[in-house]
Amino acid sequence: MTAIMQTRGLCKTYGEGALAVHALRDVDLAIDTGEFVAVMGPSGSGKTTLMNILGCLDRPSTGSYALLGREVASLSRDELAEVRNGTLGFVFQNYSLLARTSALDNVQLPLLYAGVGTRERRARATEALEQVGLADRLSHHPGELSGGQQQRVAIARAIVNRPRVILADEPTGNLDSRTSVEILSLFQELGEAGITIVYVTHEPDIAAYASRVLEVRDGRIETDHQQEPARAHVPPALEASA
Amino acid sequence: MSLWQTLLVAVSALTRTKTRSFLTVLGVIIGVGAVIAMVSIGEGAKARVSATFESMGVNTLSVRSGAHRHGGVRGGAGSEASLTWDDLTAIQNEIGVATGVAPEVGTGAQVMSESANWQTQITGSTAEWFKVRNWHATVGEEFTHTDVTTNQKVALLGKTVVTNLFGAGVDPVGETIRINRIPFRVVGVLESKGATPWGSDNDDRVVVPVTTFNQKIAGGLRKYLNGTILVTTPNRDATRKAKEQVEQLLRRRHKLRPGQNDDFHVRDPTEFAEAQEDSAQTITSLLAGVAMVSLLVGGIGIMNIMLVSVTERTREIGLRMAVGAKQRNVLWQFLIEAVVLSIAGGILGIAGGIGAAKYMASKFGFPLLIRVDVVILAVAVSAAVGIGFGLYPARKASRLDPIQALRYE
Repeated sequence: MTAIMQTRGLCKTYGEGALAVHALRDVDLAIDTGEFVAVMGPSGSGKTTLMNILGCLDRPSTGSYALLGREVASLSRDELAEVRNGTLGFVFQNYSLLARTSALDNVQLPLLYAGVGTRERRARATEALEQVGLADRLSHHPGELSGGQQQRVAIARAIVNRPRVILADEPTGNLDSRTSVEILSLFQELGEAGITIVYVTHEPDIAAYASRVLEVRDGRIETDHQQEPARAHVPPALEASA
Repeated sequence: MSLWQTLLVAVSALTRTKTRSFLTVLGVIIGVGAVIAMVSIGEGAKARVSATFESMGVNTLSVRSGAHRHGGVRGGAGSEASLTWDDLTAIQNEIGVATGVAPEVGTGAQVMSESANWQTQITGSTAEWFKVRNWHATVGEEFTHTDVTTNQKVALLGKTVVTNLFGAGVDPVGETIRINRIPFRVVGVLESKGATPWGSDNDDRVVVPVTTFNQKIAGGLRKYLNGTILVTTPNRDATRKAKEQVEQLLRRRHKLRPGQNDDFHVRDPTEFAEAQEDSAQTITSLLAGVAMVSLLVGGIGIMNIMLVSVTERTREIGLRMAVGAKQRNVLWQFLIEAVVLSIAGGILGIAGGIGAAKYMASKFGFPLLIRVDVVILAVAVSAAVGIGFGLYPARKASRLDPIQALRYE
């Protein structure tokens, strides 16, 4: 398999001189297409910085980062925006949905910036919401949805523009354990469909669903091991009540 | 992302906070409304001034005897009798641009009906006077040329005189009134002209044939015309030309040498009307200026709220950037929000301004004059206000760092 994401000598330094903070030190990482990667580590370890760079939200201080074989470390702000729009999908801990805006409109957001026409936008957003099991919640506002449902809207938003990679920063951080399993189950489905998934968590039982676990400490990848992923089984009764 | 999509996004963002959006644009609404209402009221006032002068005959010259010179002391206009009845005939015959010439002589007199009496102004003139003054009978008839040549004792009454001698709304035609105890038959009532620009009552007058006036009221025809010769012309240019011609004619007739002062006075009301209109124009500009300042204040209000909005929606901006919004998408979103706000304010302001102008016009009896150029200007200014004051917050939003913005609490 070819690496979909490849970093070499990745460094990120905030501040200068004696006050410099080294968030990432010399990270070499290759993630292959279809991998399901959990990133673990204590706060301040640099995992969020790593995710930001992998997610093309930030640029490394030194080193290279190739996404789909394309060097992105030197791209301009707007070029990075295009990469985020077309290649990546984001899921955040706090869902980050637009308030007082329907689920359908929230999911359409990436397509709006991709320049997709109104009718196709609606069709694809509806399809994405059906995929996450929210076909009956299209016109609901985030305030009218449970936490798990909101996160599923966010996942629908992440997949609507058919990304190659989904980056999730503590996607289950605000959810109870049952709902967390549902979300992970959804991720596993997407992974089986060929989407590469990288997610941050600090809970070992959430990391257990990944096929590969990275542990980040002091800006370095300390351990990197493959594992047999646990299957996220959602009891049918719970799924119905979610 | 098309401009239309951006517009839809902006409108949906604004309608999510309806009350705030409305309060934000209130400044612009008031500003635009004030500009339109003020200019409209100013124009109405100007039109009324013009109409007042039109009613007196703005294209009418008045020729009077000049100031007399007694040693070094000079009297006022008309204090020396120099204008003769022959001058009148000469003006009637020789001023080509004039469309009407009429003498106007007058005196105060006690007028009596059978039941009342009233001190009023008696005006003596010819049948042409009605045309020259643009002042016609609303009831009954005007006296005719024949009435003048045959010294008929007929009179037309102003409305005020009718009210005081016969009672309001009474038709006095056919009644007899006595002016200085001489009976006159009332043949008509003059249309009401209201107050003169200097405050006296136009309608407090009785008009009689000049021949009758001279014979019965002034006590016999003399050489000098102790009053005014009115010369009316079709337009303002002709008025100026007529003024020169009358001056030349009278200097020649009065045998004045070059360098000698005129012994008569030709007054061109155009100059006076223009001065009055100028002052109305000044007030209009002043009011519009004040209103423009309030529009500016409204713009600052929009900028203020847009800045608050950018700060409040930092996370939204971060999210939009994360899912692929480019800097210009964010810039346009906020800029268009500001422009939509200010144009909406402009449109509501136009409606409010026209409403206010209508109300004021009906209340003060002005004609309702909405200047289309001012309406267009107000919309243009409010759009400019939106762009001008929206640009800074929009730039600020577009330059946010997506990571910082996403993390903003």
